[in-house]
Amino acid sequence: MKITFPHMGNVYVAAKALLEDLGNEVIVPPKCSKKTLELGTKYSPETICLPFKINIGNYIESIEKGADTILITGSCGPCRFGYYSVIEKEILHDLGYDVEIIVFDPPDGKPMELVKRIMKATNTKNVAKILRSLVRGKKVLEKVDELTDIANKKRPRAINGYEVDMIIDEFHREVRKVYGVEQIIDKIKYAREKLENVEIEKNKEVYKVGIVGEIYTIIEPFVNLEIERKLGHLGVEVDKSLTPTKWVKHHLFSGPIGSKEENKKIEAAKPYLKAMVGGHGRETVGSAVIYAEEGYDGIIQLLPLTCMPEIVAESILPAIQRDYGVPIMTLIVDEMTGEAGYLTRLEAFVDLLKKRKEDKNIEKLLFGN
Amino acid sequence: MKSYYLGIDVGSVSTNVVLLDEDNKVVSKKYLRTQGKPIRVLQKGLRELRQENDEFRIKGVGTTGSGRYLASIIVGADIVKNEITSHAIAALNYVPDVRTILEIGGQDSKIIILKDGIVTDFAMNTVCAAGTGSFLDRQAARLGLDIQEFGRLALKSKNPVRIAGRCAVFAESDMIHKQQLGHNQEDIINGLCDALVRNYLNNVGKGKEITGPIVFQGGVAANVGIKRAFENALNTEVYVPENHDVMGAIGSAIMAKEKVKKTGKTNFKGMDISDINYKVKGFECSDCANMCEVVEIYADKKIVARYGDKCGKWTNKLKNNNDEQLA
Repeated sequence: MKITFPHMGNVYVAAKALLEDLGNEVIVPPKCSKKTLELGTKYSPETICLPFKINIGNYIESIEKGADTILITGSCGPCRFGYYSVIEKEILHDLGYDVEIIVFDPPDGKPMELVKRIMKATNTKNVAKILRSLVRGKKVLEKVDELTDIANKKRPRAINGYEVDMIIDEFHREVRKVYGVEQIIDKIKYAREKLENVEIEKNKEVYKVGIVGEIYTIIEPFVNLEIERKLGHLGVEVDKSLTPTKWVKHHLFSGPIGSKEENKKIEAAKPYLKAMVGGHGRETVGSAVIYAEEGYDGIIQLLPLTCMPEIVAESILPAIQRDYGVPIMTLIVDEMTGEAGYLTRLEAFVDLLKKRKEDKNIEKLLFGN
Repeated sequence: MKSYYLGIDVGSVSTNVVLLDEDNKVVSKKYLRTQGKPIRVLQKGLRELRQENDEFRIKGVGTTGSGRYLASIIVGADIVKNEITSHAIAALNYVPDVRTILEIGGQDSKIIILKDGIVTDFAMNTVCAAGTGSFLDRQAARLGLDIQEFGRLALKSKNPVRIAGRCAVFAESDMIHKQQLGHNQEDIINGLCDALVRNYLNNVGKGKEITGPIVFQGGVAANVGIKRAFENALNTEVYVPENHDVMGAIGSAIMAKEKVKKTGKTNFKGMDISDINYKVKGFECSDCANMCEVVEIYADKKIVARYGDKCGKWTNKLKNNNDEQLA
């Protein structure tokens, strides 16, 4: 059995660690590229959201490398993601690929079914072993997400921000070549040490921007056109409202009550949006409120074209912008997105933040408060 | 010898060049069609400026527009800024208390909200160009009209005709349908102007607080039909500055002036650049699946710039001998 799975930012590092820890052979799909997107766009319904197209591209590229089993998470949530696995199965079978697809759906009253699927995917019936590997996999995920966080903090402050990119790129190239949890953690450690040695410019003023919106678009750098890097090089420290670590904590390790952070978002969204609107629409609103309260300089919402929950959130964001006086910009991406226009918007947004801050500083000097 | 500041705006549809004096007054301006040849058109603009004016010296250069990086390489710009900031700076120069800027260009339309002379909010069209100049250009061509006449005809309209303007292609179908029903040409044109404004306000202007004074600029601001449609929809007067078509270039010249004041020198390569033979070559890098289209710019056989690669491999290779930082 050669297992593969779709890409979503750093997730592949942890998924590889977890599955290899259980003794499976893993085929990591090639890094998302234009070719991935072209393949996905060709075989997907035209108006489906972008993550779906990337998934299909990932599968086909992995199958070409020999994968015969695909792992997908499912969701019964009221957003198109709930239908992803079903349609993806149909498409791959229509294309004539003989692959097994295992979906991890939320139990929905039949917990044994999920357990059975996990046992099948992991190739073992030893529940203790599975749990142990799950915990180890989670640790890898936390460490690799930490690495991204450090990079995001370093980039705007570094004397040469491109040094940070080179370290991260090298890490992603190297981590594919190693096997199992220990070796992966070694690579993360090595990259982290190198990152910490990147020279920074002292007393440099950086601007803080919070990224909210649809989870896949926030997490997968290919899809958001490397927004963290682009903003980083413009002197912005980026914080993402959703990361794979946060997702795992909320959905896998906190049980039915949910994680503290996610519940805080739902609470913060209440004055604007009380109901669940599918996907992470409510969390987007909540995260924006939290970033505004924490004094972030600006907020950017990211969504794939036609994402219904985020369209609901988008229409609420101007109210938050008005109430808290924080600039919020929405960026929509799909396979037609032009990079030049995207960069222009980011540059203009950062200019706006700088001018605002200068203005506030002058006010402080004048009135001494 | 007089000394001026040079502002360059290389856009998708037009390339604009202006000369500004110390008081931010426009001495000379050029509005040229880019036609997919930004370097040659820019050189042509510079040549024309040189011919039309007595001998002058350039104290600073700024570039903006979607071709701002390319232009900055060619001329040696002191400042490279995005269109939003440039447009805002230019509008503030004409109307210091401006609160709203409506800007419609060839393929972009934007709205900029200001407070106390500072940009507080902005939006650009995100996924479609239905509300922009190219859309109007296309419809005018379809009707066999010159784009200059277009707006004046709209003012003659007496009966309103509603055209579905959400999408450029469907607007065309709807327009043909209205023609075949027998509506007057001026009514249809007026309907198109209304559709464009409706689309702009519902798309770009969604959720923005539009208050006066309002400045309308960009190439489309020349269209009196659109101006009137805005005034009707917003119920206030809309001000179109004299140099509305080159505001981006004016803004970048003003910023160049401020920048040069700080640094004390300019990077400008001199007006002779209009005579250098620039060549653009490109290749598709096949080292990974991204297949980046790398662009190389040659000035008389010497590579002066290279960009377009995601990984920075080609850009960096050049940077070792040339300290230019490109985005």
